[in-house]
Formats: sequence, structure tokens, C-alpha cells
Amino acid sequence: MMDQQRQMPGIWAGMVAVARRDLLLVLKRPGDVLNPLFFFAMVATLFPLAVGPSVEQLEFSGPGVLWVAALLAMLLSLNSLFTSDFEDGSLEQMLVSSLPLSALAFGKAAAHWLSSGLPLVIVSPLVAMTFRMPVAVVGVLMLTLLLGTLSLSLLGSIGAALTVGLHRGTALLSLLVLPLSMPVLIFGARTVSLAAAGDTAAGGLYFLAAYTVLIMSIAPFATAAALRISNE
Amino acid sequence: MWKFLHKLASPPHFYGLAVRLIPWFAVPGFLLIAYGAYAGLFVAPPDYQQGDAFRIIYVHVPSAYLSVMAYMVMAVSAGIGLIWRMKLAHAVAAGAAPLGAWFTFLALATGSIWGRPMWGTWWEWGDPRLTSELVLLFLYFGYMALRGAIDDTAKADRASAVLALVGAVNVPIIHFSVEWWSSLHQGPTLFKEGGPAIDNAMLYPLLAMILGFTFVFGGLLLRRVRTEVLYRERRTRWVRELVFSAAGIK
Repeated sequence: MMDQQRQMPGIWAGMVAVARRDLLLVLKRPGDVLNPLFFFAMVATLFPLAVGPSVEQLEFSGPGVLWVAALLAMLLSLNSLFTSDFEDGSLEQMLVSSLPLSALAFGKAAAHWLSSGLPLVIVSPLVAMTFRMPVAVVGVLMLTLLLGTLSLSLLGSIGAALTVGLHRGTALLSLLVLPLSMPVLIFGARTVSLAAAGDTAAGGLYFLAAYTVLIMSIAPFATAAALRISNE
Repeated sequence: MWKFLHKLASPPHFYGLAVRLIPWFAVPGFLLIAYGAYAGLFVAPPDYQQGDAFRIIYVHVPSAYLSVMAYMVMAVSAGIGLIWRMKLAHAVAAGAAPLGAWFTFLALATGSIWGRPMWGTWWEWGDPRLTSELVLLFLYFGYMALRGAIDDTAKADRASAVLALVGAVNVPIIHFSVEWWSSLHQGPTLFKEGGPAIDNAMLYPLLAMILGFTFVFGGLLLRRVRTEVLYRERRTRWVRELVFSAAGIK
């Protein structure tokens, strides 16, 4: 019994532990989850105010506006992904841990998605309704957001790891991550637009799923490498 | 072979090699560009549709090609630097980035100027190549900004190398998705697969320009890397001796 407890935790257990810890931290500060959501709703509000409230306009621009707002909201919360760990030294503990750093980085990204991507997916129907989006299209929107925000969390974790500890992090992070996230935005928004026009959404969803799998298999390793470099 | 590579990687050796190699890039480059520019502007017949406006192709196509080529050079040498911890490779990546950004800018500017008489607009979001070229420019900016934000050179080298490699995986996907996105708006208008058959009198100057631009890029890259190596090795003895001998101090 003692021996078993002394054994190293498995990769999976380590990943879950990192994600659990981050989610617990988020629970203590619910503002971290709520602020990006308010930001998302706010950006979506800006467009009808700026462009005008005509119904055709809203129906036409809805998918794009919602996707841009979601992308920016994800970016907003990425900045702090590794900051507090870097400041209090827990990042160094992860670096010297015997578990693969890529697995821990994946746990961090997963926690980020659960605390900022998933809430966006859940709130998006509310905002979508104000853009007169039909229920079937809202389903497609939620699916694209589900896949898209997951890949954004993973992609963003690379950028966050590269910029951790830098003073001019925020603007730099956007400059690094936004060009890379172009495919997600394009396929996310266009798939919803296609669905709204009565076309089939399957192709775009397959692409998003494939892209998410690709990023899922690359990003943890790139993030781990970046964390090692940032903490030299 | 390994001995040669090992020697190449040593900064003083590379410095000497670069000094000797630069003319071999610069002279053919300028000759080819001089021929290409003359033949392209005066000898090649005007296009039956576009008239003389098509002649900007002689700057546009080589720049667009080099904008992607420079990214490949940057990503490959960043990868070599990251994997084999070769400092010189990092210096090459650092030197290639601003050059690539310039060629990307040149491709965008000439594309925009070309678009004015052809499409009647300076900027056409519907053209996938223009848009993905713009994203490429942002990728270069991100790379250079990350490099600039980190003070420690070795750290900046390795961090930006990770970014360059992640970007290299993404570049084809970005290009493909931008193409897919715009194909919903309109079919490709100007640039078709295979393209319209091009007359030899038009083709040869273009090939000369592409080759000439590549030579000039190689020469400029060597120059930049040479400067970069000098700066990075500024505290070593060989640089001090070099500077002293250049200044005539014994």
C-alpha cells in the first residue's frame, strides 16, 4: 500500500490534477470566467449599434460578429494562462516535475477551455437569438464554437507560453496568436453562414474537427518547449 | 562533410566565407535584374488584355515567391538552430525575417497597384492570395515583435524559433482556408490554376527576374547574417582583432 502511494502519479493523473487545480482557482475568482463572457456580449452589442439594427444586416453579419467576439474574448483570458503560475513559482515545479511537461501543458489548456471556451459556447445561443439566428443554425454555431474554442485554447497556450514573463505581453500575444487563428475564424464563421443560407455545414465542421485534432497533437509539445525557453 | 558543416558553423569562418561569397550573389543578381527589367519593360510585348499594366508582374511575382521562400528559410534554419543548438542557424533566421517581411510588403504593394487598373480597386478582399499574403506579413511582424520583446539573445532565438515552426505548420492551412473562404464569394478571376499560356518573350524576363531576386535575397541575407554574427560575437577576440586591423591599430 505504502509502495503504491510512493509511486509517481501517471501522466493522466498529473494532467487531471493540473486542470483540477486551475478550475478550483477559477471557482475562487468567478470574475475570471464572467468578465470574458460580458466582453463577448458587449462586443456583440457594439455591432448592431455601429452598423444599424436592420434585420437583414443582423442576419447577414451575425455569424461573423459572434465569431469575432468569441475569438477576442478567448484572447482576453489567454494572457493570464501562465502568469500567476510564473509569479508564484508553480510553473517551475511543473518544469522540474518528472511528468512530461507537454501533458501538464495540455492540462492547463484543457482547464482554460473549460473555464473560458465552454461558457462561451453555453452563452452563445442567447446572443445569437438577438441576431435573429434560427434554432437549427444556433446548433451549428454552438458546434463550431465548441471545436473552435478548443483549438483556440490550445493554439493560444503556445503564445501564452512564449510571452510569459515579458512586460509587453498583452499586445504581443494578440500579434502572435491572431494570424495563427485565422483558419479557425474563417471556417467557424463561414460554416455558420453557410448553414444560415440553407447549405450543409458538415464540410466546415469536419475541417474544424480535423484542425482541432491537429492542433491538439502539436500544441502541447510546442507549449512545453516554449515554457522551457521562457523559464531559462 | 561533417567537418565542413562544423567549420561552417564557426562564426569567424562563416564571416570570412560570407565576405567572399557576397559578390557571387550580388553581381549575378544585379545582372539578371538589369536584363529582366529591360526585357520586361521594353522587349516583351504588351498583354492583349491588360496592355502595359501587366509589366508589374516582373516585380510582383518574384517578391511574392520570395516572401514565402524567406519564411521557409527562416523556419528551416530556426528548426536547425533549435534542434542542433547551432547559433549560426539562429542568426540566419533572424536575418531572413525582415527581408521576408519586406518582400511580403513589396508583393502586397505591387499587387495593390496592379489591382487598381485591373479590378478597379486598390484592395480586393475576395482575392485569396492577397489576403493570405497579408496574414503572412502579420506572421513576420509577430516573429519580429517576439524577438524584439526578449532582451536575452539566446532566449529570443529559441522562443522565436518555436513560433516560426508553429507558423510554418500553419502557413499552408491559412493559405488553403483563405482560398476556401473567398471561393464562396467568387471564382478565381485573374489567377487560374495553370494560368493563361505565357509568351516566351514575356516568360524569359520573368524567369530572369525571379532568379535575380533570389540571388539578391541570398546576398542580402549573407550581409545581414554577417552583421548579426559580428554583433553577437562582439566580445570575442577575433572580432576585436578584425576591428583593430580594419582601423589600422596593431
